[in-house]
Amino acid sequence: MDVLVDAFAWLTDPENWQGPDGAATRLIEHLQLTVTSVVIACVIAIPIALWLGHIGKGGTLAINVSNIGRAVPTFAVLVLLFLTPLGLSVWSTIIALVLFAIPPILTNTYVGMREVDRDVVDAARGMGMGGSQLMRKVELPLAVPLLMNGVRLAAVQVVATATIAALVAGGGLGRIITNGFGRQDLPQIVAGAILVAALALVVEALMEWLQRRLDPMRRARRAPVRRPPDVIEAVTGS
Amino acid sequence: MVRNEWVCPEYVVSRQDEILAAIGEHIWITVASMVVGTLLAFAVALAVRRLRRIENPVLGASTVLYTIPSLALFSLLLPIFGLSSTTVSVGLVLYSLTILVRGMLTGLDGVPADVHEAAVGMGYGGVRLFCQVELPLALPTIFAALRVAAVSTVALTTVGVIVGHGGLGNLIFQGLRSNFRPEVLTASVLCVVLALVADLVLLGFQRIATPWRRSVA
Repeated sequence: MDVLVDAFAWLTDPENWQGPDGAATRLIEHLQLTVTSVVIACVIAIPIALWLGHIGKGGTLAINVSNIGRAVPTFAVLVLLFLTPLGLSVWSTIIALVLFAIPPILTNTYVGMREVDRDVVDAARGMGMGGSQLMRKVELPLAVPLLMNGVRLAAVQVVATATIAALVAGGGLGRIITNGFGRQDLPQIVAGAILVAALALVVEALMEWLQRRLDPMRRARRAPVRRPPDVIEAVTGS
Repeated sequence: MVRNEWVCPEYVVSRQDEILAAIGEHIWITVASMVVGTLLAFAVALAVRRLRRIENPVLGASTVLYTIPSLALFSLLLPIFGLSSTTVSVGLVLYSLTILVRGMLTGLDGVPADVHEAAVGMGYGGVRLFCQVELPLALPTIFAALRVAAVSTVALTTVGVIVGHGGLGNLIFQGLRSNFRPEVLTASVLCVVLALVADLVLLGFQRIATPWRRSVA
């Protein structure tokens, strides 16, 4: 338990938060890496998944990309990219993060599009909606909960992978942990780990909130359809 | 002489022992974590089925654990288990619990109510009902969870390098430090191969354990 006390002391020491090597800088680096990578991944994955889901093709690809992503160690990809000519630049880290953020977004958005009730799609077509109108006004809004689920999973994944990037060369909060190992400073290692864990949990909670907020059907889902009392009585037979 | 090409058969031959040792550690950490994780998850799933009250807290806690990045989790376990492969294994067990407990509960809860009723009507009950009716019907879902857990456990083991026990992750890190490409690529490819082998082995187990489904799949 002494370690926890020392780690807490590390976290509350203002000196550890200041300067180019301080926790504040590391936190900002981590957030910048995460936001940039998730946004790039969204820009790449969402249009592809929406289109594939709309035309109903490429399901095997959209599903399997997640399974393949799981089998490839993030650490290996980070190191491999680091040894390419891209080397030290921030971009090798961002490319790795984007690569691991794409699968959950792609798979979830695709499944979300495919799970839209076929009757609803038929009804929309019957009302005279064309391809792009159908996608924008019917399929996309109904797919938003799963789409956002994918973005949430991607964001949590990126926060974790960005931590591992510190093992290779990148900045971010993982750096506090790796520097702690370098100096054999156990309290710093634990303090860094607490910061990373806290950030991951905050991102998870924020994204979950966003997921609920952005669901266009949230009111419909929350409030059950009210039926006139006589209908309910007729159904229950009382 | 040193060209630092990505593919170098000489490296694989000359450092055979080192590579085999890393593969050995990788397999040992993965298998140990999966065995302990499966047994623990099974116990937790059974407890949850007995006490439905604890379902939400248990699933919530495991989701929180799963959200914690691996590098942080290993570092948090460091003061307890030290620079050992136990630190890595315990972390991997905690991660696999999230996937496995959910999979087991989904599988067991998915047993159709009429099958359950028919079995009770035929005189099945208690352990026999569980072992001969419920568990076999839940096996496909449980195996699906086991395969997901095994594949991600193999991949996550590499991060164990932070405490010096990452199996093939150690080679990747060493290759990074010495800027030696063949070592990094060889270890990375072997890692993916190990994940595929783990997946296939479990698929094989599944086919043996669920003979009635062979014609379906």
